[in-house]
Amino acid sequence: MNMLLASAPATTSAANLYIPLIFVFVLATFIGLDVIRNVSRLLHTPLMSLTNAISAVVIVGAILVAGPEVSGDHPLWITVLGLVAICAASINIVSGFLITNRMLKMFKSRETEKKP
Amino acid sequence: MSPELRDLIVQLCYLVASVLFVFSLKWMNSPQSARRGVMAGVWAMVLGVGGTLANPAVAVSSLPWIALAVMVGGIVGVPLSKVPLTAVPQRTALSHAFGGLAAGLVGTAKYYLWLHEGGEMLTGFRVFAITAEVILGFLTFTGSLMAAGKLQEFLPGRPITYRGQLIVNFLTLGGAIACAVALIINPQWSFLFPVLVILALAFGVMLIIPIGGADMPTVIALLNSYAGLSAVAMGFVLDNKLLIIAGALDGSSGLILSIIMCKAMNRSFSNVLFGAFGSVQESGGEDSGKTVKSANPAEAAEIMEQADTVVIVPGYGMAVAQAQHRVRELYDQLTKRGISVKFAIHPVAGRMPGHMNVLLAEADIPYDDLIEMDEINPEMPQVDVVLVLGANDVVNPAAKNNPKSPIHGMPIIEADRAKTVLAVKRSMKPGFAGIDNELYTLDKTLMVFGDAKAVVGEMAKTLSGDSGIH
Repeated sequence: MNMLLASAPATTSAANLYIPLIFVFVLATFIGLDVIRNVSRLLHTPLMSLTNAISAVVIVGAILVAGPEVSGDHPLWITVLGLVAICAASINIVSGFLITNRMLKMFKSRETEKKP
Repeated sequence: MSPELRDLIVQLCYLVASVLFVFSLKWMNSPQSARRGVMAGVWAMVLGVGGTLANPAVAVSSLPWIALAVMVGGIVGVPLSKVPLTAVPQRTALSHAFGGLAAGLVGTAKYYLWLHEGGEMLTGFRVFAITAEVILGFLTFTGSLMAAGKLQEFLPGRPITYRGQLIVNFLTLGGAIACAVALIINPQWSFLFPVLVILALAFGVMLIIPIGGADMPTVIALLNSYAGLSAVAMGFVLDNKLLIIAGALDGSSGLILSIIMCKAMNRSFSNVLFGAFGSVQESGGEDSGKTVKSANPAEAAEIMEQADTVVIVPGYGMAVAQAQHRVRELYDQLTKRGISVKFAIHPVAGRMPGHMNVLLAEADIPYDDLIEMDEINPEMPQVDVVLVLGANDVVNPAAKNNPKSPIHGMPIIEADRAKTVLAVKRSMKPGFAGIDNELYTLDKTLMVFGDAKAVVGEMAKTLSGDSGIH
């Protein structure tokens, strides 16, 4: 009985950690499917470059890996992996947002055409 | 500042960033609001990165190195955003590769870091998430590099197949998954981790080599989805909701785009991934005896001049020839005469979703005149002239009429129902899928042979010369 009581909080905390994350994932996917379905077909190429830039949010994880001070607990090579990942993600952030904006500037309707 | 307060600020930054990411994609629903969407995305990213830098785990001494890495990324990123629009498919593939690489590296770093700390953090769930992140990340990395190489024509664009390919592919993926399962059972078996990485890298290459150029729209969309899912997995590893939300948005975007592409080709996912389209050479020799009628560009221009409605069907050939600006000249000449000119856009025309729209927008053609396949098809019988420009399989009537054709069932732009068809083509060589196109041998069809850019340029010149005389 004692053992059961003692082990109970440990299992709840594990569930407490993962289950909310799964909730977030499932709900975000539903929002994503709905929002993307309404994206104009004209804009599918800019949409891809925009989601490219957005998925470069992995830079957050890369910063958390490269961030801690190098020490016995945090070897240098781990930091180097993190820095390479930051570099790769920033390429996507910079080029993704810039090229999306560049492409979107080109889309003009007949009305906007007339007034230069 | 107390750690609790700092943590609260970090989480609030992530919350606002998540909302902005959703709005960023929501505003892509129309060209008017789309640029606002980009700004929302930029601010979301600034908040996400800013919030992360405020995290107590990030040491002040690391900041200069992080800034340096971001600057190097920026220096590479700016020229990558200035590529010509015809090269956008390969740029997109290349950036999927960077995204996959970043995810794979972070997953690898986290595994070894936690192993180094004694392995208490390596719970079954976390190892599951890490292995998912690493497999998806590294296969996206090499797969996207291969796709970019094919699109840039560093590598042959045709499918590369060999006997037993499917078995080898499944064994590779199966091996990677077996390593992952073993690591979940015992995270200390660290010798399996490099094996997992190598198998994932190899699988990315093997997945893409049998896929041909015409299937690239689907493949790019699918790799987009994988890049998003690897970000989701990273979010599970790091207990980070911003990563999960942004990754889920990205993953669903790639998924929807690939479904649209598959539907537009009447094919299933597995058929695209394992079908090696284009290697199946259906014997189409039976109608090769038919004669084709041809016209020169000036004659074709005169036919269009007599029309009330002209529909232009652009395809990959227009992109290759960089003909979009000449198309704009032709469009101007025709609309000046009061002729209605529309563009019929097939979802898989080009090498990535929406490719034709971007090229025509670059040439300043108003987007009101870019019409989707489903909307234009009912109008086709009333159209006087259809000008097929570098498109082939997407206007092939065999998709409707010939059950034996490999593209049977694929929705097409029904150019064959228009009153007159003008088809601009380099030669009578069959299109990408290697199938004869009976559209070219119809009585109402006139072939205009030559490079799309030169031909359309001559058409526009003929028309502008005319208007000078009258």
